[in-house]
This record gives sequence, C-alpha cells and structure tokens, in this order.
Amino acid sequence: MNGLIILIPVALFLGAVGLVAFIWALKSGQFDDLDGAAVRILEDDDDQKDD
Amino acid sequence: MAAAREIAELASAVEPPANDYSAWVSRNPDGSAHIDLLVPGIHCAGCISRIEKHLNAHPGVRTARVNLTTKRLALDWDETTTGPHDLIGAVEQLGFDARPFSSETAAKQAGAGRELLIATAVAGFAAANVMLLSVSVWSGADAATRDLFHWISALIALPAIAFSARPFVRSAARALSARQLNMDVPISLAVILAAALSLHETMTSGPHAYFDAAVMLLFFLLIGRTLDHMMRARAHSAVTQLLSLNARGATVIDSDGARRFTDMANIRPGMIVAVAAGERVPADGLVAAGTSDLDRSIVTGEAAPEPIAAGAAVEAGTMNLTGPVEIRVTATGDDTFLAEVVRLMEAAEQGKARFVRLADRAARIYAPLVHVLAALTFAAWLAAGTGWHAAALTAIAVLIITCPCALGLAVPVVQVVASSVLMRAGIMVKDGAALERLAAVDTVIFDKTGTLTKGNLTLDNLPPVSTEALAVAAGLTMHSSHPLSRALHRVLRERGIVAHHLDDIREVPGFGLSARHGGKTVRIGSREWVGFEAGDEHAQAELCLAVEGSAVKVFTFNDELRDDAVDTVARLKALGLRTVILSGDREPAVRQTAETVGVDLYRAGWKPQDKAAYITSLENAGERVLMVGDGINDAPALAAAHASMAPSAASDIGRTAAGLVFLGDRLSSVVTAYRTARAATRLVKQNFAIAALYNLIAVPIAVAGLASPLVAAIAMSSSSLIVTGNAMRLRLTPLGRPPKPGAKP
Repeated sequence: MNGLIILIPVALFLGAVGLVAFIWALKSGQFDDLDGAAVRILEDDDDQKDD
Repeated sequence: MAAAREIAELASAVEPPANDYSAWVSRNPDGSAHIDLLVPGIHCAGCISRIEKHLNAHPGVRTARVNLTTKRLALDWDETTTGPHDLIGAVEQLGFDARPFSSETAAKQAGAGRELLIATAVAGFAAANVMLLSVSVWSGADAATRDLFHWISALIALPAIAFSARPFVRSAARALSARQLNMDVPISLAVILAAALSLHETMTSGPHAYFDAAVMLLFFLLIGRTLDHMMRARAHSAVTQLLSLNARGATVIDSDGARRFTDMANIRPGMIVAVAAGERVPADGLVAAGTSDLDRSIVTGEAAPEPIAAGAAVEAGTMNLTGPVEIRVTATGDDTFLAEVVRLMEAAEQGKARFVRLADRAARIYAPLVHVLAALTFAAWLAAGTGWHAAALTAIAVLIITCPCALGLAVPVVQVVASSVLMRAGIMVKDGAALERLAAVDTVIFDKTGTLTKGNLTLDNLPPVSTEALAVAAGLTMHSSHPLSRALHRVLRERGIVAHHLDDIREVPGFGLSARHGGKTVRIGSREWVGFEAGDEHAQAELCLAVEGSAVKVFTFNDELRDDAVDTVARLKALGLRTVILSGDREPAVRQTAETVGVDLYRAGWKPQDKAAYITSLENAGERVLMVGDGINDAPALAAAHASMAPSAASDIGRTAAGLVFLGDRLSSVVTAYRTARAATRLVKQNFAIAALYNLIAVPIAVAGLASPLVAAIAMSSSSLIVTGNAMRLRLTPLGRPPKPGAKP
C-alpha cells in the first residue's frame, strides 16, 4: 500500500509531462501543417540554409 | 493609322501599377521583415522543396517555410537586401501564383481551434488519470484507500472540468439567456451536477463518485467539437484564400496626370482610373479614353467579348482584354452594379426559410426530453421514499447516461470525414449545413457560360481558306492577346500552319489588327474593321480576315462545353434529379448547349433577378434547388437556392455565395458532391439511430438506479466509438472516378 504513495504521484507526473509537452508542441506550431509534415518525411535531403 | 499609334503611345505610358505590399509586411522582433504569401498551386512534396530551396537561396531571405495545409508561404527576410516585390517575383518565377495574405485573419482562426485542442488535451489527461484511479476503486479498493482515490480524482477532475467545460458552459449560457435550449444545456448541467455530487460523495466518504464519467463525457464531446471546428476552419480558410486572390485597389490618374495605386475605399465618383489590358474594371464608370474589348461574361453570361470605346458604360468586375483604357468612375460602393447584386442576394437569403441543421433539430427534441426524464426520475424515487440523496444520485446518473455523447459526435465526425473525402476530390465545403442542404435537392440548375462551358472561346469552323491566307491569319493573330485571336492562333498552330512574317503590324483594341504582307494590306478583326457588310447580324463571336484583293473570310467561334458536361447531366438525371439551364446568354447559344447536354428545361436571356425569382418560386413550391453557377449574375440565384456550388474560377461574389466550391474543370464534381452528401446524411441518420438505440437500453438501467459509474463509463465510450467507426465507412464508399493528379504548376 505504501507503494501507492510514490506510484500515484509518479503516474500523475508522467501524465502531466505528456500534457505539457503537447501544449508546448501545439503552441510552437508543430500541429500547424499536418499535411505538410506527412509529405516532408519523403524529402531525402536535409540541407538547411546555414546563416 | 494615327489611332493605332496614339494607342501604342498610351500603352507604353500605362505601366502595370506598382502594387504596394507594405500593408502585408510585418516586423519580427529581431528586425527582419515577415510576410505571409498565399500560393494556391502548392500541392506536393516537390512543390515544397522547390519553393523552399529556391527562396532560401535568395539573397536576404532568412527563412522560407511552406505550409501545405493552408497553402501558405511564410517568409522572413532582411530588409536591407531584398523586398517583397523581389520575393513574390521569385515565387512566380517558379511558376506559382503568389499573393500576400493578411496574417491577422489567419491568427484569429488558429486561436479558436487551439483553445479547443488544449481543452481536449486537458480533458483527455484528466480522463486517463481519473479512470486509472476509478478502475482501482471498481476492483475493490476498501474504505480508506477509496476515499483517498476519490480525493485525488477530485483534485484532478475539478480543475480540468473548470478549464475544459468552458466552451460548453459559455454556449449553454448564451442559449439560456436567449430563453432557448440547446444540446449544451444538458451537457453543462450533467457535467456540473456530476462534479458537485461526486464532491459531496467524496466528502461524505460515499461509495460512488462520478468524476470519471464527468471528465470522459467532456473528453468525447470536446473531440466532436474540435473536429467540427477543424472542418469549418479548413473550409473557411480555403474560401478566404480564393477571395484574397484579388487585390482590392485601382490606379487613379490625378488631375496633374500623376498615377497612383490606391485602395478601393478611396475611389470616388468623378475620378479617372486607368485599367490596363488584362485587369478587371474596379468600379462602374464610363470609358473616358482608349478603346478595348471587354469580357462581360461575368455580368451578362455572354461569352463573346464586346468592343468598347469612349463613352461606353462598364461595370465593376468585368475584364478589360486588349487595350489600356481610362475610366471615369460614376458609382462606387453602394451604387454599383455589384452592390445591387449583393442587395438581391441578401433579399434572396432573407426570403429563404431558415434552415435548421440536423443536429439542432435532434437537440430540440432531445434536450427537453433528457431534462424531463431526469426530473421524473428524481420525483419518482423521492415519492418511493428513498430520500433526496439517493433520488438525486439516480437522477444525475440518468443525466450522465443520456447525455448526448454519441449525439454530439454523430454529426461532426461524419461531416469531417465527408469534407475530407470531398477535399481530396477537389471540392471544398464551406460548412456542414451546405452538405445537409445538398443532400436534399431534387432539381439542379446550371448557368451556361463558365459553368457548363469552359468560359473561353474556341474556333467553331474553319472556312475553306487557302493555306496562304491561313498563314497570314497566323501571322496576324500571334500578335494579339484578344481571346478570339488566341483561339484562332492555337488552332492554326495545331494544324501545322507556319505563320508568315508580316510587316508594320498594328492592333487597334476593339477593332482588330492590320499589317503589310507582300505589298498588300491584310486585316483581321470585326466586320467594321475589314469593311465587311454582307450576311446577317452578329449571331456568334467571329473574326473576319481580309487580304487585299480577295474575298473576306469569316471564322466563327463558340464557347466549348466542359469535357464532362454531357456525362454529368446524364448522371444527374439517372440519379432522379431534374436539370435546368438558366442563362443570361442569347437564345440560340443557350438552345444549342441545352440540346447537346440534354437538360429538361432551359431559359435564355435572363437577368440576375429573374434567375433568383425563378428559384425562389420553385423553393416556395416545395422543390429543393441546387444552383451551379459562377458569374456575378448568378450570385443572387446561388444565394436563393437551397444548395449552391461554384467553380473555383468563378467571380469572387459567386464563390462567396456558393456553399461548395470545386477546383479544376471537372463538372462531374457536382455528382461527386451530391453523392457524398447523400451518403453522409445517411450515415448521420444511422448514427442518430445508434444513439437512440443506446439510450433505449441504457436509460431504463439508469432510471432503475442500477447504473454504477462503471456501467456509465462503458456505455458512453462504446456508443461513441461505434458512432465514430460508422462515420469512417464513408471513406470506403466509392464516389466515382478518382481525381486526376493535380495539374503541374
């Protein structure tokens, strides 16, 4: 039973991490272009403009 | 040819207006400039990499990022090195059309969707964790542990509910303040009461808490709400993209002769505006100087261009084809032909009976029923002497169980699936109501020019003309951008006619071309231009070719039918729909089209108000009309009809008025859209039936007081999943031929 004292906060914490990660991803525009993300994976080059 | 020289001088003076893009450019915190460009041609991974690579290599560009979903390009650049003109030019160099787009509108749209998504995520997080604790309780956690779990559940659920239930509570409050009941009222009530009751149970160490049910209910309903919003946002952005393609402005010539590009809002009657060849006329007016040909098809439905000269009246929205003209503005804003059409549209919309969407109709019956049922349960248990606590418990269980989870998902899931199926076929749906309306139609009315036909002219017949004369014609027509010249030239090139080299070529807009060839004057153009008097009056669009010393040859032109027009009409008829053509064009042209495509009825020479009035009379007689049209003259009819569709090449106002817009030139989109709408409506009804069946089983259990939180949770999730799964079947329905791969940019 004492395990619960640790396990429940751990479970909640992990869930919260997931939630925060999702909200962060949403706010930083990761979900803005779902169609684009789907086709970009087919691009075989990863040269970025370096400046 | 003094006139021709004058016009040539005038033409060189008319530079295309230097568009001012500064209104769309914003500044980033790091000092670089930013602009959002709309690039409708983006459709594949290749386009993305071409545009991004090309622009990232452009000097001064910091980042170029394409968004495929919204077909936008976000550009950040260094203002000292380059400017928006260069950048737009660079995109156009790749063969893509690019226009600036206001990022404010885009941000506003994204904001509402984001709020819903975050609410859904929070509800999902809470649902998962509370369920974890609930399962422990159901599997037999004893008194102290159960209380602890209930308290933790409360700690998670209550803030989550306070956050995620806002969209529903807001909407419910709005409905109640308007003394109405909508689906959100029982939802809000169930969630709030369930949370309150569970809190009370927790504080009094009761055996049952409904936190899980309340949070799950919210989670499922938010999914439905988010899907609904996504669909509308997507359709909306597609339509605003189309609309924004026309920059609103005009080049004004001041009294001192200076030219400046200004916003439409600053145009006043009496001003002189310059309209270059290939531009649309910005306002109603009279031609003050210059001659040209005017494509009026958007206003009158007539395909052949009309010559205009000083003194001729021109309407806003018509296309100036061949020569630059100056126009004295006679009317702006409320006084224009366009504004008149808008008034007709508004009148048509008001006259139309208010359409009640399926979900709202269901809610009207369902919401009162749920409340009455819950109240009756409460009263009955109280009367049976169980005390208010047990009675309230049961009544709330009834509210939770009957809460329209499946009903909330029934419509949006189907419509999202339907609109994504249609989107893939190149058809954009403005909102779910448009689909529901489309499914109900029994008559399809087509406009002719630009809808059944391609809206551009092609050569009808090649008269018996010597190859020599044809070579002269080819030599002349290659120098003109007049649609008839282009059409003739295309045919001649296809026949392998090699154009003669001609000297001293002149074009007089509104009349035709002349040149010298082997010591002879050759002319092509209108009858007046070649001095040809014989024959009947103009029945068709035509070009006359005159080579000095030989007889005049007449080439006639026709507006070609869309490739699948005949097939589309036949398929619509096979589906049991009545087909009609209403056109503003002249009788012979319309009759010919009507006979070719085989419609049941046609009317020619009708004005916008005639079309709208006819449709209204049909609607009043109980028929449901689908109007397919493109022009300004169709807009009132599009607004008056039960459902409406427009090709994406339609006038702005036509696209705005239509509920559905199809891309490309396949008219069979009408059939695809109709069949999808029918299939979607069938699925929605099935979903309602599933939801009703679920209630028939679950409600007696709840009323009898046998619904534990476990039963409620299982019943709710399973009905939602079944409804969602049923909606997905729409993807499996074959809807005619697959769309052709997008045209190469």
